[in-house]
Amino acid sequence: MQWANAVVQGVILGGLYALLAAGLSLMFGVMRLVNLAHGALAIVAAYMGMVLVNKTGIPPFATLLIVVPVMALVGWILQRTLLNTALKRQALAPILVTFGLAVILQNLMLELFTADNQSIDVGSLAGASIQITPDIAVGVFPLMTFVVGVLVIAGLQLYLAKTTTGRAMRATSDDREAAQLMGIDHRNIYALATAIAVGLVGLAGVFLGVRTQFNPTFGDVTLIFAFEAVIIGGLGSLWGTLWGGIILGVAQVVGAQAFPSSGVLLGHIVFLLVLAFRPTGLFPKVVNG
Amino acid sequence: MTTTSLSSAVPAVKVRRSTRASYIAFVLSIVVVIALAIGPFAFLTKGNQQNLVTLFIYIIMGTMWNLLSGYAGMVSIGQQAFIGVGAYGVVYAADQMGVGPIAAIPVALVIAGIIGYLVSFLAFRLSGGYFAIGTWVIAEVIKLITTQIQTLGAGSGISLTGFSEYKPALRIATVYWMGLASVVIAVAVTYALMRSRLGTGFTALRDDPTAAATLGVNVTRSKRIIWVAAAMGCGLAGALLAENTLRVQPDSVFSVQLTATMLFIVVIGGIGTIEGPILGAIVYFALEHFLVDLGAWYLVILGIVAIIMVLFLPQGLWGLISGRGRISLFPTGYRLMNSSAAPPATSAQDNGI
Repeated sequence: MQWANAVVQGVILGGLYALLAAGLSLMFGVMRLVNLAHGALAIVAAYMGMVLVNKTGIPPFATLLIVVPVMALVGWILQRTLLNTALKRQALAPILVTFGLAVILQNLMLELFTADNQSIDVGSLAGASIQITPDIAVGVFPLMTFVVGVLVIAGLQLYLAKTTTGRAMRATSDDREAAQLMGIDHRNIYALATAIAVGLVGLAGVFLGVRTQFNPTFGDVTLIFAFEAVIIGGLGSLWGTLWGGIILGVAQVVGAQAFPSSGVLLGHIVFLLVLAFRPTGLFPKVVNG
Repeated sequence: MTTTSLSSAVPAVKVRRSTRASYIAFVLSIVVVIALAIGPFAFLTKGNQQNLVTLFIYIIMGTMWNLLSGYAGMVSIGQQAFIGVGAYGVVYAADQMGVGPIAAIPVALVIAGIIGYLVSFLAFRLSGGYFAIGTWVIAEVIKLITTQIQTLGAGSGISLTGFSEYKPALRIATVYWMGLASVVIAVAVTYALMRSRLGTGFTALRDDPTAAATLGVNVTRSKRIIWVAAAMGCGLAGALLAENTLRVQPDSVFSVQLTATMLFIVVIGGIGTIEGPILGAIVYFALEHFLVDLGAWYLVILGIVAIIMVLFLPQGLWGLISGRGRISLFPTGYRLMNSSAAPPATSAQDNGI
């Protein structure tokens, strides 16, 4: 039963990873841009949530009403200024610029908040759990995170499939010139995609900040875990990203159950195995005729 | 630019690889290296020598990262893997294999090369930005595995004891001379690689991948050679780091900060040239000394400078000095010279990406 519990906890942890990875997946899907500042932005959101709770006393979930729009605006400005310029430059520019941004954000946070571990206080919710079987108890907050992760992936999928702007995004991704001829300004589409992606990172960052302790250097592992979820699931597939997150979560928690203190390493090894044997991911995008 | 010479007379064009500036640079480099080599007898204190080893390490790191990104178009965020392997490798070879601290350096180099070769098969499955993060994951895995090995000091690290029979002055001078030799070899090998058929192939790939592949440039093989060379170079930097500080700790030798340092050096100095990373390393080294009191703000400033350079001055400081590649101290490209000694018209230039 210990193992069953580990699997359940791993699946639920995977929901957080999928939530963290959704924005990374979206930005790559729409403009082939890998945002190396993705993890640092999640931690910025976590600090933003923490400061709002500590200074104003508003309930932690209410901070989302501020953090998510602010982060979305940050994303929009980021794309319209730095990233659109970087995409026009040589191929390496977006990677160098976003890595530089990650270094800037991390060190700014170190100056502002020190390297001490912090977390967002949600009161009694932090300890609340539901007993499923005598051996398996699921934390209420982690379960909420999982549900939000699934809803975000589903919502994003629906948005891309059903709405006009979503279709414009996919069209721009498939063929930018053709989309431009149809009157779609790719710079606006890119800015919108980054606004959504960074807004989602904001959402994910606040959930991360409630669930675990964090410090400014936490952006590094956050980026790595989100990236692993995307690659395990398969590039270009949002549902794949959800499955990728779940597989990574299960690998880490079950791995830690088997070899304490090596959970993260086993997660990496599962990622490398997928890379070695199924480099297109386990759930690659299906191309319909 | 070449229209006048081509239209007037075809035989009037000569292809040259070296320039007057490059002959002068070659002679000057030899003078500087000789001066640095006799430094410990004459004008360099022990502190100077240790600081200069740090500068040598920066030059090697920058040169290797430039070899990857500037010439072969591979941005790696995982080069700290090989710095760590080189650092641990030199301690293991010197103390536990017992080959002594000098012979340990080539051993560490070979270990880094082998690990680099093996992981290339995983890393090369990704490209672009995902290649960057993939190399980072590989570096994390190597770090996490290292911290599980008890004979390497697990999580707390390990000290280099192989120098215990040396007097401090001799130890410091020995490390200094090895550092100087390493930097000369690293830059010379990089220069030779880029002037070889391989380098020409990469220039062709950069300018037109399809045409280059059609002409028989084997992309994956060329990239793998560069990748392994850069792994060995970073291993060399790590080995020197361990010998200069006598202590290896997993969180510092496997820190992603080392790769950030390489990025700053290359971007500030100028990507895609031999001179750029050398200049960048000197600037970085100087800035680090002057701005040490700023703490984390120093990296914030560097990050901002790096982003501005990437977007608005992609040729870096060396690009400014050399007038966008018209002067080249270490030319890797081919130049079409008008035999009437007019200003050179360039073809395969060795700047930019």
